[in-house]
Amino acid sequence: MVDLIKRAKELIESSSVKVVIGYEQGTGNKTRALFVENSEDADKLIFDSRCIQNLAAYITKKEIKEKGKMAVAATLPVMRSIIQLASEFQVTDANILVLGITPESKLIEFGNLAEVEKFVHQYEIEIDVRNKEMLDKLEKMTQPERWQFWIDELAPCFKCYACRAACPMCYCSRCTVDFNQPQWIPVPSTELGNLEWHIMRAIHLTGRCIDCDACYNACPLSIPINLLTKRMLLDAKEHFGGYQPALKGEHLMSTYKPDDKENFIQ
Amino acid sequence: MNIDKRLVRKDSLEKLFDILKQNSKKIYAPSEKNGKITFRDAENFKGISTGYIQTTQSSKDITFPRAEKILDYSKSKEGMSVKGIDLKEIPEIILWGVRPCDANGIGELSSIFNWDYKDEIYNNRLSKVTVFGFSCNKSDEYCFCTSVGGNPGNTLGSDILFTRMGDDGDYLAEILTEKGNVIVSIAPQLFEKSENSEKEKYLAEVPVRFNHEEIKNKLDKFFESKEWIEQSLRCLGCGACAYVCPTCACFDIQDEAHGKKGSRVRCWDSCGFSHFTIHTSGHNPRDAQSQRWRQRIMHKFSYMPERLSVYGCTGCGRCSRACPVDMNILENLISIQEVTI
Amino acid sequence: MIDNLYMPYLMRIERITYEAPGVKTFMLKFVNDADQEKFSYKAGQFGEYSVYGVGESTFCIASPPTRKGYIECTFRQTGKVTNALSGCEEGSIIGFRGPYGNVFPIDEWKGKSLLFIAGGIALPPMRCVIWNALDLRENFKDITIIYGARTVKDLVYKEELKDWELRKDVRLVTTVDPGGESPDWKGEVGFVPTIVEKIAPSSKDTIAIVCGPPVMIKYTFPVLAKLGFTDEMIYTTLENRMKCGFGKCGRCNVGKVYVCKDGPVFTAAQLKELPDEY
Ligand SMILES: Cc1cc2nc3c(=O)[nH]c(=O)nc-3n(C[C@H](O)[C@H](O)[C@H](O)COP(=O)(O)OP(=O)(O)OC[C@H]3O[C@@H](n4cnc5c(N)ncnc54)[C@H](O)[C@@H]3O)c2cc1C
Ligand code: SF4
Ligand code: SF4
Ligand code: FES
Repeated sequence: MVDLIKRAKELIESSSVKVVIGYEQGTGNKTRALFVENSEDADKLIFDSRCIQNLAAYITKKEIKEKGKMAVAATLPVMRSIIQLASEFQVTDANILVLGITPESKLIEFGNLAEVEKFVHQYEIEIDVRNKEMLDKLEKMTQPERWQFWIDELAPCFKCYACRAACPMCYCSRCTVDFNQPQWIPVPSTELGNLEWHIMRAIHLTGRCIDCDACYNACPLSIPINLLTKRMLLDAKEHFGGYQPALKGEHLMSTYKPDDKENFIQ
Repeated sequence: MNIDKRLVRKDSLEKLFDILKQNSKKIYAPSEKNGKITFRDAENFKGISTGYIQTTQSSKDITFPRAEKILDYSKSKEGMSVKGIDLKEIPEIILWGVRPCDANGIGELSSIFNWDYKDEIYNNRLSKVTVFGFSCNKSDEYCFCTSVGGNPGNTLGSDILFTRMGDDGDYLAEILTEKGNVIVSIAPQLFEKSENSEKEKYLAEVPVRFNHEEIKNKLDKFFESKEWIEQSLRCLGCGACAYVCPTCACFDIQDEAHGKKGSRVRCWDSCGFSHFTIHTSGHNPRDAQSQRWRQRIMHKFSYMPERLSVYGCTGCGRCSRACPVDMNILENLISIQEVTI
Repeated sequence: MIDNLYMPYLMRIERITYEAPGVKTFMLKFVNDADQEKFSYKAGQFGEYSVYGVGESTFCIASPPTRKGYIECTFRQTGKVTNALSGCEEGSIIGFRGPYGNVFPIDEWKGKSLLFIAGGIALPPMRCVIWNALDLRENFKDITIIYGARTVKDLVYKEELKDWELRKDVRLVTTVDPGGESPDWKGEVGFVPTIVEKIAPSSKDTIAIVCGPPVMIKYTFPVLAKLGFTDEMIYTTLENRMKCGFGKCGRCNVGKVYVCKDGPVFTAAQLKELPDEY
């Protein structure tokens, strides 16, 4: 990514931004986030197919926000996240510059978030084949079978909240699971408590989740929790129309429309 | 000490498993789910994973369960009745396939649970565990047991340590404790006289990467270092590292009520979580992720050695493997060793 | 049975005193006499008080060890457990485990004068030592208590304050923050550090015990220094968040110091050695 390195250097040297967020080679075969604050560090920037962490998770991180205006090397899912975050007033043109990386690995710099939105809207959110198959399989199960499937899958979850931490949309400073009055979700990891935690997570992300799989990729136990958000994505599509993050978003789940189907909750 | 060394033929391992099962022993062994290997109640020998470098989670769950009931209560017209857990109900367990770093971790965890106040629930669980260690003949770039005083054939913490002699070879079994002897007495025919008792050449080579004493001394003057901020910028503050670690012991105590009955539960917690230390006033002594990351390293490499005379890290490398953002503890320790204060 | 570290004593709430808005004192008696007999503690220690089904909460023991047969705690209603405790009635059963932590070295203070400085809800931790000292009055020279709260309503232990006021062997100074006074308020008006400066108690052969919110402590220490108190003569308590109370849950440490085991009582000299993590 020669272009990216060059552009990052310019941005830092001209003080256009305080930090450029991109990827660097990590340990082992991993890649990881890099925060470029001086131009020499820009040389460490890389981009390849292993760079799948959703960097938008850092946009709302206190320690990064405090640095000032940031530029983000953003793949399509990251751009989607940024638009969703902007629609929730978490980021504005004043504090972010998007260095887009197209699905063809080309660098395009956007003048503002409106341009990012336009770019993003050229692509539908599409669930990949393997997960689609899994969702179909789950749909064909009887309800007790499906229940058992989730009890078994979620049983190992030890509530490390890596899925929450990695998700750009989980930016609340006090998450529902941290509330104790009332204690919506039990603190210990238990069979039922785990189920409650993941149902809550999926519901809070419906109409906001941009299907980047950051949660699944972060889970140290590889629990397929992304199937829940994917299911919600499909259900929301069926009942409320398609979902595309939009700057003036209608917030699928929190906007009432007179023609909403009422049987959704049943 | 003269260690009793025996030969266990490669096909005897399955026989040993079956005999122990016939003797109604509960065996926890590594098995795979969703591509991750973790200790689970093993039904049969075939289901046991082999060839792994390290399991995703440590075996600490067995002695320090992620949610441990510590008492039951029930309210009635007559009043309140509270019952502690019945220690007699804690099952005897054979932990099969534990790597030497994990076996070593048991001692480190124990020192926390026995620091002045003896935690009898923990101690009882531990007393009922027999550890079958398996030496490492492979390692990866995340392993650093030798930097924290361990090694791939370390006997510490195991009751029997099995070392595979060659890729498809038989096993050398070192019978290390009385609990180990009990196992041998159940199936003496499988523990044959050993001719070859040299295990070193079969062990993985794990280079020493840093000097833990040096790190400890340096940390004494490192609290205010900027290094913490730099290291932790990408840390997202989840609990993955703490939950996979064999020695992390932070916990919370929570009540679970079901009508007039319920229980009190001791459950895993992590110093990496932002609300871990928040005061009632809202003031948080560890308000920034860098302060929480510092606590993790300091606790293991400065506070524990100072207060408990043991380090809080066995070099298993799990936290680095599990971290979703590649916080690599080895890399960070090396850079602490290298930076000048 | 093997002792279960986490197992609380069953306690009956004998008496509830309303102290100030949101603040109550419970007098607790052991349900089992055997527990009562085994139990002993010293001034400065704390415990974990619990409502079964809700959880545990950390308070100091607010009654002096010189009064046998019961313990008291005073708490402010702020969250899950304290709300549930507040809902308890006289006769209810709650849990208590402890005592934990170190103590005020009251034996070492024999023959000295004592200066107590407390702000807001921090009088309870101090009350235990005050009564302990008053019950052994002949062991000490002058005893001075400076106590401040935001408003007159927020002063706790109103009955005891009256009692101390009347005693000839105690000097009591109460103060409220500017604007917190009522029309008939006869005490001082001003923040605690200001009042300490104004009263200017002697530091000669005196131990100062200071408890209160961090800001109050921060501004009181320099005043005491000016009055000639060395850091070794000043005691205070830390209140880092706790769960276990016995050095295992990993929550309360300030650097390598565990507040639950090495504290909660520290001298100003010890505090200066600690990193900024409280
Ligand atoms: C040694 C010691 C002695 C003490 N002595 C006393 C005493 O004598 N009297 C006294 O009144 N207090 C005392 N305290 C303080 C007391 O322990 C706490 O106020 C009490 O435990 C609060 O418990 P709770 O369950 O009611 O509050 P919690 O429910 O824990 O909540 C307390 C506050 O924190 C907030 N909060 C809770 N969880 C979170 C979260 N995850 N994220 C953000 N905010 C959160 C809540 O909104 C609330 O404002 C002492 C503390 C210590 C350490
Ligand atoms: S990352 Fe995995 S183990 Fe951790 S809370 Fe999420 S689902 Fe559970
Ligand atoms: S800190 Fe990391 S490397 Fe050390 S024992 Fe824990 S998980 Fe293993
Ligand atoms: S309160 Fe648990 S370690 Fe101090």
